[in-house]
Amino acid sequence: MNAIEVKNLRKEFKAYSSRSGLKGAFRDLFTRNYKIIPAVNDISFSVKQGEMVGYIGENGAGKSTTIKMLTGILTPTSGQIQVNGMNPHKERERFVQTIGVVFGQRSQLWWDIAVQESFRLLKKVYKVSDEQYEDHMQHVIRTLDIEPLLDKPVRKLSLGQRMRCELAAALIHNPPLLFLDEPTIGLDVLVKLKIREFLKEINEKYNTTILLTTHDLSDIEALCERVILLDGGKVIYDGGLHDLKENLADGKELHFQFLENVDLPAVKKATNGMPVKWEYDEKEQVFIANIENDDLLISQIIAVIVAAFKIKDIKINETSTEEIIRNIYEKGAVEVG
Amino acid sequence: MDKYIEMIRVRFLMMLAYRTNYYTGILIYGINIGAYYFLWTAIYGGKEEIQGVSVVQMTTYVAISWMARAFYFNNLDREMAQEIMEGKVAVELIRPYNYLGMKTMQGLGEGIFRLFFFSLPGLLIVYFIFPIQFSWDLSVWSLFALSILLSFFINTQLNLLTGITTFFLYNNAGLIRAKRVIIDLFSGLLLPISFFPGWVQSIMKFLPFQGISYVPSMIFTKGFTQQEAWAAIGQQFIWVIILIIPIQLLWYLAKKQMVIQGG
Repeated sequence: MNAIEVKNLRKEFKAYSSRSGLKGAFRDLFTRNYKIIPAVNDISFSVKQGEMVGYIGENGAGKSTTIKMLTGILTPTSGQIQVNGMNPHKERERFVQTIGVVFGQRSQLWWDIAVQESFRLLKKVYKVSDEQYEDHMQHVIRTLDIEPLLDKPVRKLSLGQRMRCELAAALIHNPPLLFLDEPTIGLDVLVKLKIREFLKEINEKYNTTILLTTHDLSDIEALCERVILLDGGKVIYDGGLHDLKENLADGKELHFQFLENVDLPAVKKATNGMPVKWEYDEKEQVFIANIENDDLLISQIIAVIVAAFKIKDIKINETSTEEIIRNIYEKGAVEVG
Repeated sequence: MDKYIEMIRVRFLMMLAYRTNYYTGILIYGINIGAYYFLWTAIYGGKEEIQGVSVVQMTTYVAISWMARAFYFNNLDREMAQEIMEGKVAVELIRPYNYLGMKTMQGLGEGIFRLFFFSLPGLLIVYFIFPIQFSWDLSVWSLFALSILLSFFINTQLNLLTGITTFFLYNNAGLIRAKRVIIDLFSGLLLPISFFPGWVQSIMKFLPFQGISYVPSMIFTKGFTQQEAWAAIGQQFIWVIILIIPIQLLWYLAKKQMVIQGG
């Protein structure tokens, strides 16, 4: 059975627009202009139990809206959702017992009371027995290293400390499915690493399904084998991260820095006739040659350039995931064989 | 049920986290009772009684209505409005509990806290300063207890109703303020209902407000006979039942067209 099954899911919002000027404002009092905007536009996908899936897209692509429908907060305009075998918003109270959610931008701990009091309340809310709690949470608390934070009120914690507590709070009932909405936003590298390691561990140990949205692609690279890419409310790519890279990142970048004064036409002239696209990065003062991944071509270009100008530095880079994703957004679609 | 009781406990802890609020609260209630006491003695101006109510009865009425207010009063409407406006309601909806039920329990936790750590000590102080007539009749106390519990529910239901409207209005600070003034006036907190003109009284019979403050205060000051008291409590109870309907209806509509604000 699939943990998440979504078919033709759609969510529309009314977007009101204000008329301009004083006259417009008065008219707005009586009738308002609005447009119906589909935030999520007929998407379909499914996620197997135990998978870790990255759900990515630009701001406003519809990621959070999807997560909110999957968690039963929002009612879809149309389409079918089946999560953990249930319809999220129809059987909300029974359903949310089987999921854990972390919203990176809002806290689910009670602000004014100690962390352990929040845990205690959540333990009651999710009807977790003492043995289960001891067994599971001791481990979580130790791994996330939050033991010393338990008796502090949430408002006194730093962001990194709070995020670790949030994660622990989402796992109190050891849910088989975990939604993480930008869990590493604003965190430093060490905390990020700790959280990633922890997520991997619970995935292995309990076969927990994880759906992760983030703008930090290194999170996705570290955790997810599969990505679902969203743009304008539509799924534009659904498949392995590896395939995405293989198929789209077959280019290489050659970075050159010169000792003498060189300009763009000069380098273009030197490599005339070769399939190269030159760019000049003014900030770094680097000339970048975008080429296909062809060993022979790389050597040829380097040979030509080195012969023509005095070189300070050379680098050969693979196109980064970020670059790939950016390209996809710019083109708006992906074709992967 | 466990989780709801735990919520009352958590609310206790939250009240304790803000001690200054607690102390200033006592002070404000003390000042209010004092002000109304002097106002009423000035109005009576040596007269034995107005509308069949003696000055001592009036003072007791004022003191007891403010102390009862500490129990039934809460800011659930404002809290809900804030949670909805900031989008925090999303977090509430991913928990396996009834949001409105949990809010009611938070209000109850707050009310019980205030009743024991605020009303009781406050009443003791007031008792020594102002001429107040206390009844030690157990049946009066138990009727009063039942009545303020129902007051709490009516007031909380009105708060929930006001809170839910945030889903439709996005910003309802004005409505919240208006509701508070209406409740203070029409519930009989500022002025006993029997002091209103006859036609206002007959309208108010059909509104839930007097069930909030007038009924318990009248029971306590023995302004009601036992029979009248039971009838009034019955009316309170009916209002509690009736108010469930618009709440459930609005909540259903709200969930359907909910927008989580702020991402």
